Amino acid sequence: MMRKTVTTKLLGSMRGFPSHRVNYAVNAVARELIKSRELENDELRPLYMDFQATTPMDPRVLDAMLPYQVNYYGNPHSRTHAYGWESESAMEKARKQVADLIAADPREIVFTSGATESNNMSIKGVARFYKSKKKHVITTQTEHKCVLDSCRVLEAEGFDITYLPVKTNGLVDLQLLEETIRQDTSLVSVMTVNNEIGVRQPVEDIGRICRSRNVFFHTDAAQAVGKIPINVSDWKVDLMSISGHKIYGPKGVGALYVRRRPRVRMEPLQNGGGQERGLRSGTVPTPLAVGLGAACDIAQQELEYDHSRVSMLANRLVRKIMSEIPDVVMNGDPEQRYPGCINLSFAYVEGESLLMALKDVALSSGSACTSASLEPSYVLRAIGTDEDLAHSSIRFGIGRFSTEAEVDYTADKCIQQVKRLREMSPLWEMVQEGIDLKSIKWTQH
Amino acid sequence: MAASTAQVLSLYRKLMKESSKFPSYNYRTYALRRVQDAFRANRSVEDPKMVEQLLNQGRDNLDMIRRQVAIGKMYPTQKTIVEG
Repeated sequence: MMRKTVTTKLLGSMRGFPSHRVNYAVNAVARELIKSRELENDELRPLYMDFQATTPMDPRVLDAMLPYQVNYYGNPHSRTHAYGWESESAMEKARKQVADLIAADPREIVFTSGATESNNMSIKGVARFYKSKKKHVITTQTEHKCVLDSCRVLEAEGFDITYLPVKTNGLVDLQLLEETIRQDTSLVSVMTVNNEIGVRQPVEDIGRICRSRNVFFHTDAAQAVGKIPINVSDWKVDLMSISGHKIYGPKGVGALYVRRRPRVRMEPLQNGGGQERGLRSGTVPTPLAVGLGAACDIAQQELEYDHSRVSMLANRLVRKIMSEIPDVVMNGDPEQRYPGCINLSFAYVEGESLLMALKDVALSSGSACTSASLEPSYVLRAIGTDEDLAHSSIRFGIGRFSTEAEVDYTADKCIQQVKRLREMSPLWEMVQEGIDLKSIKWTQH
Repeated sequence: MAASTAQVLSLYRKLMKESSKFPSYNYRTYALRRVQDAFRANRSVEDPKMVEQLLNQGRDNLDMIRRQVAIGKMYPTQKTIVEG
């Protein structure tokens, strides 16, 4: 109650400020009392609900990797002794496991250091190879930062990039895509499942359009692989990025699917001894590759089981929260989505302070790569979210290891803290009194 | 050696006992749940070859769980909020 008096007194002097700034100030008071630090020895660990940022390794994956970290340490490219041969055979087995998950041929899989490298390779590599005839690349505004940044680099090299807007539900407008493709378009890059709002793009349709216009189609499937069924031939995908640590595999490894028929040519980004078909030179890290292969194998077996379980838990979380508190918005299309990634905006509550208040649960607002800056997520801006709501968004991630108890605890805590923070919010008070916030004329001081 | 109900039950009990030893809350709950659901799903399998194959998979998983439980114990950490 003291806090309320203090903040109301403070806000008497903030009458001229726009609403999101007022909220920020109110909750800055609350935030000051909670600082970020590592856990003490006797403190209990928070629940992990941030499966889009990274995932814990499945014990079966670690079990497959350990022999290659301990005894089978040979370089897979050593041709002259057993250490090399056994390492190579493990690497090729892993390659097949990755290929089987996406219905590709093992010869079409290139091991990389992660989806960021795979994205960089595909976009820069393909664009630069066809530079003489084709100078146009199309992508969307909701792509991962590495895709957008690669495109920015290409722009500086003289390429023409179109950043397609998305509809308010987060999906690409297929009509607009068709109209944007030109004679000199070499590549279209659209991610399969968005890491911030969980929206699933119509990749089959995009693939069909691109194939008919003779344009290469790259998709960043880091959040989709192993979670939804993927078939690169049905989808008519030419390049696909895969990340190890999003599918319960090790960090530091990923893969790139590069179609052989019809052949995709690309300039390699990393030169050297010609490993991985010359596309990515460097010693393939056998233990990591084995881990990625095991993770893909497990994902294929567990796909249906995990999907139904994650859907059930996601419904439970959303229904619980939305039935107890009003003015909660789910960002992104409600149907065309991966259920395990839920982005909710809580009106009249500031996102960062809600996160701090929920310190028992590991959550995120916006993606891990952009949470350092104070700007609201560009993905939410691209889907047309109000700036207030964009600042109030939290991403809940549910995965293979989530339990009902964790989901219930998260929902209860969330409801409790949102109610508490709204109590302190003068904007909420005004809304309760029936004032329409949009009609207020905020004056400048 | 035809697989008998006793063998299946014995493997099930061993798997559940070993799974309950995982120090990590998430791994423990997952293993217990997954083992139970897997045995339930395969309850009505008749073909003896299939049964033998599943039992072998189960035994391999039991070894894996034993190893991973030991590793988990070597690197202990605090309990999570829902356990405390």
